[in-house]
Amino acid sequence: MTGTEIQTSAAVEQRNGSAPVLEVSDLHVTFPGEGKGPDIRAVRGVGYSLRRGEILGIVGESGSGKSVSSLAAMGLLPDHARVTGSIRLHGEELLGLDDRRMSAKRGETISMIFQDPLSGLTPVYAVGDQIAEAVRVHNPAVSKAEAADRAVELLELVGIPNPAQRYRAFPHEFSGGMRQRVMIAIAIANGPDVIICDEPTTALDVTIQAQILEVLKTAQRETGAAIVMITHDLGVVAGLVDRMLVMYAGRPVEIGAVDDVYYRTRMPYTMGLLGSVPRLDDEEKAPLIPIRGNPPSLSALPSGCPFAPRCPLAIDACSEAEPELQPVGAEGHAAACVRTGEIEEHGWSAADVYPLPEASGAGSGQPPREYRETVLDVDGLVKHHPLMKGAVFKRRVGTVYAVDGISFEIAEGETLGLVGESGCGKSSTLMEILSLRTPQSGKVTVLGRESGRAGHRERFEIRRDVQVVFQDPMSSLDPRMQVFDVVAEPLRTHRHPRAGLRARVNELLTLVGLDPAHAARYPQEFSGGQRQRIGIARALALKPKLLVLDEPVSALDVSIQAGVINLLDDLKAELGLSYLFVAHDLSVVRHIADRVAVMYLGRIVEIGAADSLFSAPAHPYTQALLSAIPVPDPEKERTRSPIVLEGDLPSPASPPSGCRFRPRCPKFRTLSTAEQQACVDTEPGLNAVSQDDHGAACHYAEKRTVV
Amino acid sequence: MSMSAEHAALEADPGHGGADEVRVSGRWVNVLRQMLATRRVIVGLACIVLLTAMAWIGPLFNPWEFGERDYSAFLQPPSPDHLWGTDDTGRDIFVNTMVGLQKSIVIGILVAVLSTFIAAVVGAFAGYFLGVTDRVLMWITDLALVLPSFLILAILYPALRDKGWVVFVILLAAFMWMVTSKMVRGMTISLKEREYVLAAHYMGVPAWRIIFRHIIPNMSSLLVVDATINVSAAIITETSLSYFGFGVQPPDVSLGSLIAAGSRSATTHPWLFVFCTGLLVVLVLAVNLIGDGLRDALDPQSKHRS
Amino acid sequence: MGKFLVRRLVNYVVLIMLATTFAYLLAATTLSPRVNYEERSPRPTEEQVDQRLDELNLNDKTPLAERWVVWASGVAKGDFGKTVTGTPVNDEIERRVWVSLRLIIVGTVLGSVIGVAVGAYAAVKQYRLFDKASTAGAFFVLAVPAVVIALSLQVFATMFNQAVGAQVFVYNGEGTLGLEAGFWGTLWDRLKHMILPTLALALAQFAAFSRYQRNMMLDVLGSDFVRTARAKGLNRRDALLKHALRTALIPTVTYFTFTFGVMMAGTTFTEKIYNWNGMGSWVVDSIVTNDVHAVAAVSCFMAVCIMAASFLSDILYAWLDPRVRVS
Repeated sequence: MTGTEIQTSAAVEQRNGSAPVLEVSDLHVTFPGEGKGPDIRAVRGVGYSLRRGEILGIVGESGSGKSVSSLAAMGLLPDHARVTGSIRLHGEELLGLDDRRMSAKRGETISMIFQDPLSGLTPVYAVGDQIAEAVRVHNPAVSKAEAADRAVELLELVGIPNPAQRYRAFPHEFSGGMRQRVMIAIAIANGPDVIICDEPTTALDVTIQAQILEVLKTAQRETGAAIVMITHDLGVVAGLVDRMLVMYAGRPVEIGAVDDVYYRTRMPYTMGLLGSVPRLDDEEKAPLIPIRGNPPSLSALPSGCPFAPRCPLAIDACSEAEPELQPVGAEGHAAACVRTGEIEEHGWSAADVYPLPEASGAGSGQPPREYRETVLDVDGLVKHHPLMKGAVFKRRVGTVYAVDGISFEIAEGETLGLVGESGCGKSSTLMEILSLRTPQSGKVTVLGRESGRAGHRERFEIRRDVQVVFQDPMSSLDPRMQVFDVVAEPLRTHRHPRAGLRARVNELLTLVGLDPAHAARYPQEFSGGQRQRIGIARALALKPKLLVLDEPVSALDVSIQAGVINLLDDLKAELGLSYLFVAHDLSVVRHIADRVAVMYLGRIVEIGAADSLFSAPAHPYTQALLSAIPVPDPEKERTRSPIVLEGDLPSPASPPSGCRFRPRCPKFRTLSTAEQQACVDTEPGLNAVSQDDHGAACHYAEKRTVV
Repeated sequence: MSMSAEHAALEADPGHGGADEVRVSGRWVNVLRQMLATRRVIVGLACIVLLTAMAWIGPLFNPWEFGERDYSAFLQPPSPDHLWGTDDTGRDIFVNTMVGLQKSIVIGILVAVLSTFIAAVVGAFAGYFLGVTDRVLMWITDLALVLPSFLILAILYPALRDKGWVVFVILLAAFMWMVTSKMVRGMTISLKEREYVLAAHYMGVPAWRIIFRHIIPNMSSLLVVDATINVSAAIITETSLSYFGFGVQPPDVSLGSLIAAGSRSATTHPWLFVFCTGLLVVLVLAVNLIGDGLRDALDPQSKHRS
Repeated sequence: MGKFLVRRLVNYVVLIMLATTFAYLLAATTLSPRVNYEERSPRPTEEQVDQRLDELNLNDKTPLAERWVVWASGVAKGDFGKTVTGTPVNDEIERRVWVSLRLIIVGTVLGSVIGVAVGAYAAVKQYRLFDKASTAGAFFVLAVPAVVIALSLQVFATMFNQAVGAQVFVYNGEGTLGLEAGFWGTLWDRLKHMILPTLALALAQFAAFSRYQRNMMLDVLGSDFVRTARAKGLNRRDALLKHALRTALIPTVTYFTFTFGVMMAGTTFTEKIYNWNGMGSWVVDSIVTNDVHAVAAVSCFMAVCIMAASFLSDILYAWLDPRVRVS
């Protein structure tokens, strides 16, 4: 890339007296445009060097080029990609090696762990065989039996229980976390010198993420490999990496030791990124700092600094030429911004640079919740469904206790966060409420009307009051309908007078911060954040009292996410809405929710006011969940010790007797045999742990601070 | 509106964001562009247009009428008088073939549209409602798959032959929708989980309207591709049936009946066989090229297929 | 698993029975065996015809339900009734069924195996000469109706024979009538007769399968597990053959079921054109001769074949895909 980068890496090298294992310099990756379309310049001048045993974090939002640059190092980019620059492994140039010689390196000296463990393993082969294959492909002399033994060893190393028996299992019999362990086993099978981890925990739940990060640390200890950790999660890198590289629009914009980047940030983009993350350790509810606009299209980059259009500090000089990485402050710290000098001089941070959105008056001036109307009352809701097996020969093999008797209520103007890991039943709860059918057991009451008893007509009426916003902005809008029709659909369905239709749609679009002039466009012409706003506009069309939000921001990049969260905050204050907010990201929930319910295996294990629950969780599961969430603060993260839960979530088809959390409970293990008996025999109910409505379903509930 | 919502408006507006000002064109414009960028579609379309023009305009420029006999030329090879020669009763092969081509094109298109429509409706209802509806509809589909369609058509058609070739079209369509409807059903089951369908359901839109507003339009790429492929399948089936005399009946002619007539003397009087067969192959090939190219243009997942 | 196989089999049997009945009813209402006698000279009296038709259970003066009951109770005992000429349908089936099965089985196996192999190799060599050539070939064959393929092969064989001046290819019948050449001689004779019709059938199968397999391969080509395989050090070819092909075979098995019906129709044309006395040519003849029972019997045979193919592909599917195996 630049002279600076080479200088800094050379300096580091001198200091440590060791040659870098992997050296990437001035890497460019371009995908030719389709037909006459413009080329997509995915990576533009990435450079870094990696010493033995070092962990480098590469952070960026989607489309920043972080994954493409690593695939280039593995030689796994599609043939039509144009790659230039240099990638040296132990001093040997990798670019330009043919498939055969590159194959000899892959999995032997340099290996990679991918994001999605669910599709990463060949579905038709046993997991053990897939590990053994990795051993044998580089050591043909090893016999099949020896390779199998080695595979069992590796399975044990990555923490698969009963490795010898599990060797024969097929990928579909493993959970996501277990499959990711297998992927790690494959990656370390031949003791590589470099392991590239491409968002290895993004698809996993937090408690599983904590486990996998532990396994990665073990793997590094065993192999002594250098690790490149690619992620969008500023929490994950904080406690794990030594140095980090921030990428934006295909270019590195800031590089340095992790503390320098977090505490002495010199690039406005990095600042915005850090400022827009909702934090679990934030006590007060200040609005998040969104970065306005969207990342540029990689096929039509603006001249000059690609971040300039979104940058609050942009000056004329920014659009003249693209700034190179300039050394700032501490050794090895560099940032690509023309104003780094000023930033350093004034010691600016995100709060100084970004215009702070005005805090809305949410919550203030409302009567206490006992005096407010109950918008949604769920009482003893049960949803069991048959467990079928086989795609060709279907048969019922059991019952999934997806939702097993849960109760909560939501007051007017209140947000209840329903949290839990995948498979805990939170989505089933939501669908059951939305379906307005008669539940298998229990009842759902919306604004005093019990949905199960409502006739066809009344149910249609209830639908006006309960609307939903979904997770995936790609699939929540019909791609064949113009935005106007999308937003007008609920109005038309509920016979809104035709005359006022256009005015109402325009009003709604303005309300969610979109330009009504764009109503004739199709959803795919909008960015993810904008699409989510369209979804919110559609949900608001009928002036509902309750909005059910199913992971509304989890598919968005952090800088975009902040804007949508702020919008939801504002709408609630303005329109007096109640939210049922389902999410797995507890940081977001802490930011937005008034009350929180934690679900585990179809049951609510803890419920209470957000502040009370987050500052002093009483249930061991909540404690583990909270402690597993990494905080984007390196110092804090280094001193925290997460409670790592063992094993996976048990199948909801066969929940354990007594307390469902018992087999994984860290507390259970510290109890005496006599005390344990209660956990084994009786399922605990929700018991109050303090005055303010805070309850936990644990025989030995005890408040504890974990964040 | 609060200040922050205004700020959000600024943030969300691409104009203000300044980054993404490239206006993305609508879906169909995109598809059209991709379609035209695919050489197969161009070649296929060109062939179809050419063949259609030839079938309907060609006879106008030919001195011989359909059904007219030249008693001075029996079984004559191609000559300036008779471009493609004559058959054993002195009929002009060119005119005959063009009329047959017309019929084959019309039958192919009608059958494809009809059968794809049946497939879409049956599959979408089965997939959306599942349960009893699904079981009944899929059972009917299975039954129709098991019935040897060729045989049923062969038995039924002679009984209905006086009703003309329109009945033939309906019969052909009645036995060509099953495989597509199974695919439609599978796609419906996955589309049903799409959040926009759920959203429509939760806002109270009735099921049949969801099917026609959200489900079927979102399968249009599959349906268009399938209709195209069905055009060629229909032409091929028609040819085979007509070959055995179970299809288009005299005085009507189709490519199939012409091939049947010509095949008996294919080695001795090749012009009777070669022209109609060649046109048939070109016609089906062109339709297949369009179908294959359309699949690539409409299905972003298959872009890498050549 | 046994229970589910049984349930599936029962479902198949019901479908076969319905299909056969439907075909019988259709044939009995639309075909008119009486016409066969009206054209004879000297024309038999109506009583004679009625008597003959009654013997055969084909008299259209008897109510359809009554005829059906007689026919169905016969079928239940394994007797498909008599043909219009009075010979037992069962004898005819016995004579013809292996002729057809020989053609179907060899044609299908040959066509699909070669098709899958060519399709998979074309995917590995995407955009290379082999890929382009096989794609062009498949496209061309797919555009030619089975009838035309069979006819053209015959025409080519004739021209070839004339050019060489010897009967290299034979294209008439399944064997030389009255040939007495011992076991090996007969086998050789049969083989020679089989080449062209089998080729005609296999060609269409080959084209469809090679296209499908190629597309399926390319679909999994970009999948994560192939990338994993390459990341562990397999080169492109090994990753494709060991991981992509094995997985891409699974949808092809389902595709097999769908194409089998078309294949059955193709068999009919091929048999008819090459003068094979199989089930396919029988159905064409029996429609012309108004042979109701023969039509029903052939329908039953075709339904059984389609169900057998479907059952086979279910089993194959379960064998190939561990995800559907039920322990």
